Amino acid sequence: MLLFLLRRLLTLATTLALASVVVFAVLELLPGSAAEVILGDTATPEAVQALSRRLGLDRPALQRYGDWVGGLLQGRTADSISYGEPTSGLILERLAVTAPLALLAMLVTTLLALSLGIYAAARHNGLADLGVMAASQVGIAIPNFWFAILLILLFAVKLQWVSAGGFPGWSEEDDGGLWPGLRALALPALALALVQAAILARVTRSAVLEVMREDFVRTARAKGLTRRQALLRHVLRNAMIPVLTVMGLQFANLLTGTIVVENVFVLPGIGRLVFQAIANRDLVVVRDVVMLLAAMVVAVNFAVDVLYAVVDPRLRRGHT
Amino acid sequence: MAGAALLSLWWTPYPPAEIDVPSKLQAPSAAHWLGTDSLGRDIVSQLLAGAQASIMVGVIAVGIGLVAGVALGCLASARRGWVEEAVMRAADFTFAFPALLSAIMLTAIYGPGLVMSIVAIGIFNVPVFARITRGAANAVWAREYVLAARAAGKGGWRITRDHVLPNIASQLIVQATIAFATAILAEAALSYLGLGTQPPQPSWGRMLSEAQSQLFQAPLLAVWPGMAIVLAVLGLNLMGDGLRDLMDPKLSRKR
Repeated sequence: MLLFLLRRLLTLATTLALASVVVFAVLELLPGSAAEVILGDTATPEAVQALSRRLGLDRPALQRYGDWVGGLLQGRTADSISYGEPTSGLILERLAVTAPLALLAMLVTTLLALSLGIYAAARHNGLADLGVMAASQVGIAIPNFWFAILLILLFAVKLQWVSAGGFPGWSEEDDGGLWPGLRALALPALALALVQAAILARVTRSAVLEVMREDFVRTARAKGLTRRQALLRHVLRNAMIPVLTVMGLQFANLLTGTIVVENVFVLPGIGRLVFQAIANRDLVVVRDVVMLLAAMVVAVNFAVDVLYAVVDPRLRRGHT
Repeated sequence: MAGAALLSLWWTPYPPAEIDVPSKLQAPSAAHWLGTDSLGRDIVSQLLAGAQASIMVGVIAVGIGLVAGVALGCLASARRGWVEEAVMRAADFTFAFPALLSAIMLTAIYGPGLVMSIVAIGIFNVPVFARITRGAANAVWAREYVLAARAAGKGGWRITRDHVLPNIASQLIVQATIAFATAILAEAALSYLGLGTQPPQPSWGRMLSEAQSQLFQAPLLAVWPGMAIVLAVLGLNLMGDGLRDLMDPKLSRKR
């Protein structure tokens, strides 16, 4: 297990290093210099030169790459061009919205998908099964931002239960706090969860059906367990492996989905930050946010791999 | 959907980008079947023309993924050893950059545009196809008829062309259908965010973002483009399922 962990960690580190090279290189391949892109077509040569110096662009690329990665490893980040403060502060502030939203969405997804998937599998080929499968087929086809708009239409425009967007903040001052904050995240989380749950419910259903055909389930039934007992005690634990994998794979979707849905609901999260950064041509913020998101995707896949090995010891050997 | 896009090449009820401010935000009527938007543009015309953008992105992005992915997958499968290892590692790595992330980076540098979104979605499709191709091709390479072909003196390239590709084509077609649907969803999201298709070219995603600013005055405007997306994606997904069952009877029996 230790060897497995070490090997996985090594892969994680190389992947992250490669990702940082790609992010840096892509943003380096500018038509013209970064300073020209930031200032636009109307900039004077002097202004371009001054900004180049301020951003350290007059130094060789390799040295700047070293500075950037070295800084990241020590928890230091460069100043944002448009905000004039370190990007780490900006990103942390926005993560306070994005992270709870993603977690909430994941929670709703899991609850919805597992209950629907297991229910459909238990009623295999019944009317409920067909209904869940048909609904999930449609759910997969719905773009999350459109569903978000429909939710706004129903709950904010027609019923007027909630406001159409915005975020009050987590602090008790100026009308914020835990409860108003969660309320503002409820609709976005639901919008995110629907599509994810549609996919996951299908996976859950087929995984449960697969396991129910196994011999040990028949044995369990033969020794007198009811269908429900067999399902709860033996089937579910074994069916969780593929479900876990797909949840890990879905995380990347969830993350990009969060960025989109934040923009629908005007939530001050990472998604808003990066789009304002694009509008302001703030390449420093774009670079750090993209790196953070890529790192999160890689880290979650790593975690899933490890979890997988914990659940299924057979995977610890071989398989690099 | 393809019909709608084709139709829009010759005929739309009204020019899709024509601005007719006096007749803005009209309710559905005989003249404008689904009404008009805030600039008086006809919704039906825009939906039809928007299908063009979706199909173009889908075809090119899936094309990029298909050509590059299949080539890499076949190479990995035919060469094995470190080549296979390198290709699969690269594919794993590319998954760290979902289409939206690539699109964000590209837009930050080159500015928003249809080309950038196509490239971003295409890049993401490459590892998807590479993995599927390799998996399917490896299964073919293990068959007796490939062994026979080898014994007959055929090289790796000829075996790939004569035996592997024809045998994995059905799986690739199914995957292409599904990737097409995903590409349409991704294009809509990018256009919605303003990273994709630029005005005046109509696109479903941008229609939605424009409609969102008038939710209170004209809620229906936000419904039609979404329905178009859902119908297109649903159709493609069902087509993919159907094709799979058709081409692989084993799978449909198992389900």
